[in-house]
Amino acid sequence: MPARDTGEIGNPGTTEADVARQEAARLAEGLERRERRAIARAISHVEDETAVGRELLDRIFVRAGTARRIGVTGPPGAGKSTLVHALATLLRQRGERVGVLAIDPTSPFTGGAILGDRVRMPSASGDEGLFVRSMASRGSLGGVSATTHEAADVLDAAGFDWILIETVGVGQSELEVVELADTVLLVLVPESGDAVQTMKAGIMEIADVFVVNKYDREGGDRLVRDISVTLELTGWTRQGWVPPICPATATSGEGVAKVLEETEAHERWLTGDERRRERMRLEKMGRRLRALLDRALVRRVWEQARLEERLAEALPRIAARELSPYRWIASLRLE
Amino acid sequence: MAEKIRVLVAKPGLDGHDRGAKVIAAAFRDAGFEVIYTGLHQTPEMIVDAAIQEDVDILSMSVLSGAHMTIFPRVLALLKERGADEIHVIGGGIIPREDAARLREMGVGGIFGPGTPTSEAIEYIRTWMASRRGAPAAE
Repeated sequence: MPARDTGEIGNPGTTEADVARQEAARLAEGLERRERRAIARAISHVEDETAVGRELLDRIFVRAGTARRIGVTGPPGAGKSTLVHALATLLRQRGERVGVLAIDPTSPFTGGAILGDRVRMPSASGDEGLFVRSMASRGSLGGVSATTHEAADVLDAAGFDWILIETVGVGQSELEVVELADTVLLVLVPESGDAVQTMKAGIMEIADVFVVNKYDREGGDRLVRDISVTLELTGWTRQGWVPPICPATATSGEGVAKVLEETEAHERWLTGDERRRERMRLEKMGRRLRALLDRALVRRVWEQARLEERLAEALPRIAARELSPYRWIASLRLE
Repeated sequence: MAEKIRVLVAKPGLDGHDRGAKVIAAAFRDAGFEVIYTGLHQTPEMIVDAAIQEDVDILSMSVLSGAHMTIFPRVLALLKERGADEIHVIGGGIIPREDAARLREMGVGGIFGPGTPTSEAIEYIRTWMASRRGAPAAE
């Protein structure tokens, strides 16, 4: 049972803040001992953005950052879950510890979600080196949830070597995974052939490795050709990295070893040039910091200015168009 | 942010009918719950493993095969063994009344037979969560 969200980091003196700190300390120890129950509770706290969650993230921040984070994205039905499962199986055979975060969409109407990625990801029961967690997108539109980054930090601190992040099925603009992954695998299928034409911008640009899944189906070759033509046309070589195109059939495991090989090649390329690596690290952390600040500010302003309450007060008049929202917002004196 | 109610909908055992489980999963989603659906043919070990990793509040199982008197106790025992017995187990499927009474004694919560409106299970979960969250933090 998570403690209620009452305190902030650095707000000492209240017992609730003390309780949160103790619980965070207990969970941090659990993470260090790699206890599954602690890992699961920790992710919930982070996801619910509780005081315990914030305290915990603060504690583990310096410790996290060693895991390799792989984003797996692509249109719905491309076989992302199956590929993640195949990659996880391969990595487990090598004895490496794998954490999986699988994101599915939250209904914007009810706030509910069906998280069904486990169906295609039969977690080997009793395997302590594999941890699979489903996350609902909870209103975030970038293909991941607002706290996926933080959940990955929890897995990182719990000593997983690899973190595989599977996004919701994406179209053209859900590109946030690029911020949380070192390497992004874009999974396409022969049926997405025509779509590639329209995907020249955005989604095509975030791929570090292309996976042409269900390659055994008709049109697999053509898709490989289409992608390579598109890459040539756009001259897209991300600062010297030419994204490889890997044909695969994730259900049988065929071609998956090659996907992993290319993923590791990308990592070697990333870490090969110290200056580029440092620059990319700063850029990414800069964007993450801005996003974290935005969230903290929004939360603070809503709470301190009692916006929820005041909105409820003003809403009927604004909905009746007796009062303009612009005048109302100006009257709040938020600046 | 409000804490979401997370529910695992699991389909243990050998029977291949998951229509009921899918209907209940959809109803739970529409009630605003986050539903983790595991698919067919899950062993108690797999179900408990998933429930722990997903940190669910409620573990719901539908058993049509008649194996409920082995599956439910086994799941309860595994949860206890792994220190996760605050996860609340509920059930559905074809479960005779006297068996249901025995399962409740063992610690299973609501048991919803065929024909029960989904709203009843949803109401049960909401009430149970409210009573738990209202209680002083046990952890």
